[in-house]
Amino acid sequence: MILELNEQQRMIRNMVREFAEKDIKPRAAELDEKNIFPWDSLKKMAQLGILGALIPQEYGGAGLDNVTYSMMVEEISRACASTGVVTSVHNSLTAWPIIHYGNEDQKKKYLPILARGEKIGAFGGTEPNAGTDLGAMQTTAELDGDNYILNGTKTFITSGPEAGIIIAFAVTNKELGTKGISAFIVENDFEGYKIGGIFDKLGINASLQSELIFENMVVPKENLLGKEGEGYKIALSTLDGGRIGIAAQAVGIAQAALDESIEYSKNRQQFGRPIAKFQAIQWMIAEMATKVEAARFLVRYAAYQKDQGNRISKEAAMAKLFASEAASWCADRAIQIFGGYGYTKEYPVERLYRDARITQIYEGTSEVMKMVIAGSLLR
Amino acid sequence: MNIVVCAKQVVDVGEIKVNPSTNKPVLEGIPRKISDIDKNAMEEAIRIKEKLGGKITAMTVGPPDARERIKELLAMGADEGVLIEAPENADYHLVSRALARGIEKMGDVDIVLCGEASIDMFSGQVGPRIAGHLRIPQLTYAFRLEADEGKIRADRNMGDTMVISESTYPVVVTVTKEINEPRLPSLMQILGSANKPLNEWKMGDLGLEGEAPRVTEVDLSGVSMERKNVIFKDDLDEAVNELADRLAKEGVTG
Repeated sequence: MILELNEQQRMIRNMVREFAEKDIKPRAAELDEKNIFPWDSLKKMAQLGILGALIPQEYGGAGLDNVTYSMMVEEISRACASTGVVTSVHNSLTAWPIIHYGNEDQKKKYLPILARGEKIGAFGGTEPNAGTDLGAMQTTAELDGDNYILNGTKTFITSGPEAGIIIAFAVTNKELGTKGISAFIVENDFEGYKIGGIFDKLGINASLQSELIFENMVVPKENLLGKEGEGYKIALSTLDGGRIGIAAQAVGIAQAALDESIEYSKNRQQFGRPIAKFQAIQWMIAEMATKVEAARFLVRYAAYQKDQGNRISKEAAMAKLFASEAASWCADRAIQIFGGYGYTKEYPVERLYRDARITQIYEGTSEVMKMVIAGSLLR
Repeated sequence: MNIVVCAKQVVDVGEIKVNPSTNKPVLEGIPRKISDIDKNAMEEAIRIKEKLGGKITAMTVGPPDARERIKELLAMGADEGVLIEAPENADYHLVSRALARGIEKMGDVDIVLCGEASIDMFSGQVGPRIAGHLRIPQLTYAFRLEADEGKIRADRNMGDTMVISESTYPVVVTVTKEINEPRLPSLMQILGSANKPLNEWKMGDLGLEGEAPRVTEVDLSGVSMERKNVIFKDDLDEAVNELADRLAKEGVTG
């Protein structure tokens, strides 16, 4: 495994970084404050190919490797964690399962739309009573002629109010437990598709999370993803990849906290000199930088293993566990370095602090990550 | 239109720190990039090509790692790249001669586009020198360009005045950063740039073997700023007057 990025990866990182700094970052605070979905940046990201990063070129994407992709999510999240998670869910949780489990017709129909950013993707797994315990899912799908009829409520769905293509999970056979769950490709204009309440949250406020309500929703049977009963497997393998995206998002937030802290501590004067001259501040910055690097390399390692076609449950869980804890820790230290100013909305570190917190929860809590890691070690 | 864009690899000047004990800028480990205004030249070349068709060659004189900068210009929209390997400490004379020879080697070039100056040294010499070496007209400091089949028209920023000039081809044009907003390459363009031709020439390939720079850099030091930490504690009106006096004495307010 090569730790250094190659020429092409550097060019891609530079492009995404420049875009993120010029286009995304200046508006991040405002979008967060007003709960505005980042459509404007997403349209431009589609033109740059970012929304089709993982989609093979024959379906209109860039066909990139996961190492490069994770770096892109990091750079976007460094500017705006909300735009970062929307990007990650679109690529990792929507496009990827179609690439991996979709049939030719499904790939031809849906991947180019996702690559062009005409519709934003979402992942409909979580329910009010089925979060970590996905097997407790209550949404049902019954075959009726040429259609499945879905009934149930999904919750905390990222991009929910704005998404056009949703990977939704429902129980097709209750007797079989997790082996009775199936996956479907759902469009937001399907009959019986409704957007429920939009959540008022602590952070990532520009990425909107809502309920999705399926009321006798008619899904053509050709939209079954994979086979009946493969839903649980599809969900778990998709979430393994998704965790690389969330871990990369966390690295981006942690890096932003470090960037802001370095900049501020060199300029903020107390006792006649920049606070960066004080060891108390230096130690915090040194620890932050070390955590950022360690997290980044864990993410890159998991992404590399995925590119090799290896099973990555443990690696992705380690990357997400470590990176998300690092993001919250770094954002916390950034506020400490900023002092009172860090607690105000005048500076971006309070947003980083709020945004970082969710990375320890969604797509698997830190505790679930530990379960996955321990499970693979103690098998 | 056969267009050559001359671009320079520079250190990212925003990242340069000055070592306070030696007063020398620390250049090691600073990322390299294309001089910003040269990207404006590239963008303008793409727009001219979009209007009139033709071919764009991105050319640089620089160290081997400047290859990556040429790749960036290929991703942005150049059709072909040329990296001329520069001797150590090449001066403006040598760089502009190498570029001029390179342009001659390209054959019938209609437009040579350059940034008005590089963001690191900002001498603004290379464009005009190329025109001199090639004995062709030049339009400097263009902030708006209108290229047509037979002639090119430039709105030129002359500081206090604006001059509109026209020229026939071939011509050297230097542009200012106001002229446009350079585009970012898409992922597909970055991936596609790997298949575009990139020629690497040495000074010997251009008949400039053994040429030495005439101007040498003797020293480079940073301008460091220290706070004076003067605090005026008296009555507000007095303090304002005192501050104004001090600023005037220091030459800040003239």
